[in-house]
Amino acid sequence: MTRSGGIELAGLTKSFTSPQGPVRAVRGIDVSIAVGETVALLGPNGAGKSTTIDMILGLLEPDKGTVSVFGRSPSKAVDQGAVGAMLQTGALIKDLSVRELVTMIASLYPAPLDVREVLELTGTDEFADQRTNKLSGGQTQRVRCAVALVSNPELLVLDEPTAAMDVEGRHSFWATMRAFAARGKTVLFATHYLEEADAYADRAVLMAHGRIVADGPTNEIKAMVGTRTIRATLSDVDLDALAALPGVSGAERRGELATLSCTDSDAAIRALLAAYPGARDIEIAAAGLEEAFLELTGGEDE
Amino acid sequence: MNPLVYTRYELLRTLRNRRFFLLSLGFPLILFFVIAGPQRNVQNFDKTGIPAPLYYMIGLAAFGTMSAMLSCGARIAAERAVGWNRQLRISPLSTRNYFRAKVVTGYMMALISLAALYIAGASLGVSLPANEWLKMTGLILVGLVPFAALGILLGHMLTPDSIGPAMGGGISLLALLGGTWFPIPSHGLLHVIAQLLPSYWLVQASHVAVGGHSWAAKGWIVTIVWTVVLSVLAARAYRRDTGRV
Repeated sequence: MTRSGGIELAGLTKSFTSPQGPVRAVRGIDVSIAVGETVALLGPNGAGKSTTIDMILGLLEPDKGTVSVFGRSPSKAVDQGAVGAMLQTGALIKDLSVRELVTMIASLYPAPLDVREVLELTGTDEFADQRTNKLSGGQTQRVRCAVALVSNPELLVLDEPTAAMDVEGRHSFWATMRAFAARGKTVLFATHYLEEADAYADRAVLMAHGRIVADGPTNEIKAMVGTRTIRATLSDVDLDALAALPGVSGAERRGELATLSCTDSDAAIRALLAAYPGARDIEIAAAGLEEAFLELTGGEDE
Repeated sequence: MNPLVYTRYELLRTLRNRRFFLLSLGFPLILFFVIAGPQRNVQNFDKTGIPAPLYYMIGLAAFGTMSAMLSCGARIAAERAVGWNRQLRISPLSTRNYFRAKVVTGYMMALISLAALYIAGASLGVSLPANEWLKMTGLILVGLVPFAALGILLGHMLTPDSIGPAMGGGISLLALLGGTWFPIPSHGLLHVIAQLLPSYWLVQASHVAVGGHSWAAKGWIVTIVWTVVLSVLAARAYRRDTGRV
């Protein structure tokens, strides 16, 4: 199979009409993913991740812009069996055993993996002979994972794959994916967990409101959005003085309640207590992705 | 890559879905026994010159096979609702192979339905010369082609909760206007409309067994035109149907 380039998104734009008026789901994004890279598409709900993924898979036609998958159109890449995916929503069809379902999917691809190997790899071999409609939620997710892997794709796309999994399930899921990526495969996954992006991707692309707000190695992204906030009740303090404390990147206050955005909350809390021993009702919290994005995008959303 | 594996598992799935299987096959059978059973000894039904069980067997053959064929659409709608259609769309499964699997499944259901009705008919004393059985069966199978396309079309247009009423109403109307339940008058507006429907010719196909004629040229033309139009629409509906349901 010839491979020229990886995944190229250029000026990708997509809007939908809704009863509330048009929704500009994706507003002109450019992303380039190299062959063999594992990239996290990170963003809060409604950021446009799933819409972007649907366009990469050829399930949605962009309004503007282009998608190229290994130098081909998405539909061509799909027809050639180069793409496998675990979509965000989706149950399994009934009346087949797990093994039969995976075998059926494998038969559609030019170079599938061995069904038995995939069942073992995904831990579905224990219930391979059960009917798909008799499985638990976690088991279903593992079968969906097996369905995506058996196609042995060059590009594996995972749209919030761990959303329905427990902690243990997540661990073994990512271990499986890591093993698959190690075969030189390109992996793109959407998530709204920063930790997942940090632990399993080489690079994270941050999306908010249909735009890309940051794109870089995961440790940089983590430093950028992995902020904590300190809230405390303080009387009579100058905002500039608060913002100048070590480890603090920003400060605001509403009445007596001050909120500090911190790059290093440990240093910040020590400095805060040293400078203001009267500080009360102190809370330290990890900023959610949502807040981090708002900060990055300046809260704009026209 | 072996496209027949997909078809094989589709057939297997259909046979394993006992509730679906029994309901779609059982309904025409129950109707047959309920209606024809009490009249099993009526030899000259409604002055048609044929026994009542034979009359109802052939009427329900058209109705039963049509329902069996269209029931494929209901299964497609259910697959779409759980997102399976999208999973297939990101595989190299071609439109042709997908359609083939669905059509073959529909024909399997239709053939089983037909066989069940023939056996039920025989149990109430229906007997026909072998060549008439064959001629009737062959022509019914041809007359079903547009319904295979219609099933796929509806499956990709409707949702599981709307497909039930749509199919129930649609099948009843097509069966009624096609002449399943009572003969269509041989002239007038109703006759003109009925002759333009594929269900009319399906019913005519089953009437071969009661001394009806094979299709006139018009029957072939109507069936072919419906097949072409519905296939084009079904292919288009399938191609467009990539969104989340």
